[in-house]
This record gives sequence, structure tokens and C-alpha cells, in this order.
Amino acid sequence: MAGAALLGRLTWKPAAVVEVVPETPSVRTIVFDVADWPGHRAGQHVDVRLTADDGYQAERSYSIASAPDGERIELTVERLDEGEVSPYLADELRPGDRIELRGPVGGYFVWEPAVGGPVLLVGGGSGVVPLMAMIRTRADAGSEAEMRLLLSSRSWDDVIYRDELERLAGDGLTVVHTLTRSRPPGWSGYARRVDSEMLAGVGPDAAERPHVFVCGPTPFVEAVAEALVQRGHEPQRIKTERFGPTGG
Amino acid sequence: MDPHMLDGNAVAGLLNEIFGVEMTIAVRTCGNCGASEPLGAVHVFRGAGVVLRCPHCESVLAKLVARRTCACVDMSGFR
Repeated sequence: MAGAALLGRLTWKPAAVVEVVPETPSVRTIVFDVADWPGHRAGQHVDVRLTADDGYQAERSYSIASAPDGERIELTVERLDEGEVSPYLADELRPGDRIELRGPVGGYFVWEPAVGGPVLLVGGGSGVVPLMAMIRTRADAGSEAEMRLLLSSRSWDDVIYRDELERLAGDGLTVVHTLTRSRPPGWSGYARRVDSEMLAGVGPDAAERPHVFVCGPTPFVEAVAEALVQRGHEPQRIKTERFGPTGG
Repeated sequence: MDPHMLDGNAVAGLLNEIFGVEMTIAVRTCGNCGASEPLGAVHVFRGAGVVLRCPHCESVLAKLVARRTCACVDMSGFR
């Protein structure tokens, strides 16, 4: 499977929308059925191509949200995105519609059960998407790798995959939230941007040499990666993925 | 820091299209500062084309422009 994906030329494939699932007020997940999908690894991307009636084409790269599942893949898209592709995916696309995809692509920001743990995942907003693919892949594989997710969201209602994260937590998966703008009544968790002290509280310590994956808006990734290096994490073990100012 | 900056992950498809293989795990060395990084970790700026910059010294590593029938590739910033 991986060999075929690696050696085969990257080609555009038709993808049919099977289902659209609202995640938060501004985020939805689109489930696609892609014929001859070769499978993917957690953290990999697809390129999405849209073609207008006049032939104009726009492309954009998205992280895959789902664990490998036959010919189904899920993309989670934020509605507030700028750009040519995201507004269409976030607002217009309906079950039965078809677009073009190519992939999977990327191999750098990837975790597989064979890599093991401990793993520290730090996500900002929709930066949780490729991290969720890792969490889901861990669960599907029955992996016992120790995994911790620190997820920064604006409010409790903006936490993407909130219920599923709650269900999956335990058995070596720890989920920690920080809410940066507003908190529900009685909130006792973190209530600020991710900082060095918070990273120390969540762990694992640099001495445990965790594999670290950081994904979010560019300023978020820069700040978190810098704090991790200051805490003694080896730069080579910190993998980052930036998606611009708003995920556009 | 430019908030529009991306990284090599965002151009995995383009790099694969040009080079025919997965490139984000390929380690390359900056011709200016000598730092080596996987292409997934380099800084990426999108404009009329794509510019790859060294995450350590910000010097230009590569410029890529892909069209339907050809690709213009300048990799002269790598050692």
C-alpha cells in the first residue's frame, strides 16, 4: 500500500461527498468517498482542486482528519477561512457533490503506531485536525503509546471533536484543554494561551524525549515551538505544521 | 514573523508533482548557513509561485512555479 502510494504518480481522483457533519458553529467535517484511495498515515494531507465553469482552477492542501478507513476520508474545514477553496468547502459542498483530490501527500508531520510514545500533541483551533487523525489511528490500532493532547480553543463551544475526545480519553490518552477567550461557568481548567508553564504542567518532560507535534496558526506554532525548545525538548523531535493566519 | 508563512507540509503535493516522490522527509542543507532540515520543516511563502526559505537564516532555498505543462524550479539556495 505505502509502496504503491510512493511510487505511483500523483493523480487527481474524483471524490464524492457522502456526509457533512457540523463540529462547531464555524467548523464542519466533510466525509468523502474516493475510489481507489490507497490509504494514508495519520498527519498526511490531500490537495483539493476545484474547477469553475470557465475552467479556472484553485487548489489547496488539507490535513486528513480520519484514521485509515478503506475508501473514506474526512476533512475538517473552518468556515471563517479566507481563500478560494475553503469557503466553498465550508459553506457550499453538499452530499452527492463531487470534487477532485490527490494524495495522500506528505511524510514529515506523520505519526504511526509503530513509532510509539510518549507523544505530545499541541493544537491551536483547527490545528487539532491532523492530531485527531493520530489520536484516532492510535485508538483504531489498539496502541498503548502514551499520548497527551493540549488543545487551545477560543471557547468550549469552539472545541472541535469535543465529545469524541472525551470518549477516547483514558487508556494512555490524556486530553487537556485551554480556553483563551471565554469559559463556561465553573471552568477550572487552563484559561490562557499556551505557555511554558502550561507545557510543564501537561508534560511529558523533555527528559522523556517525547515525539512532539505542534499544529495551528503560524504565530501559535512559533510560540509553542520556542517554548518547547526552551524547556529542553530537542528541536529535531518537535515537528510543526503551520496553516497561516486563520487557516486560509 | 509573517503570519502568512506556511511550511513544507503545505506544498507536499506540489513537491511530489515536480519530483515524482514524497519530498517532505528529504533532508537538504542550506547553502548560506549550512543547517540541514527535512523539506517539511522549511518555511514556505506563497505568491505567484512558491518560495522556500531556511527556517534558521531565512535565506531563499528554492523557488517553484508549476503550470499545467511545465514547472520552473530554482533550487540554487541548497548546498
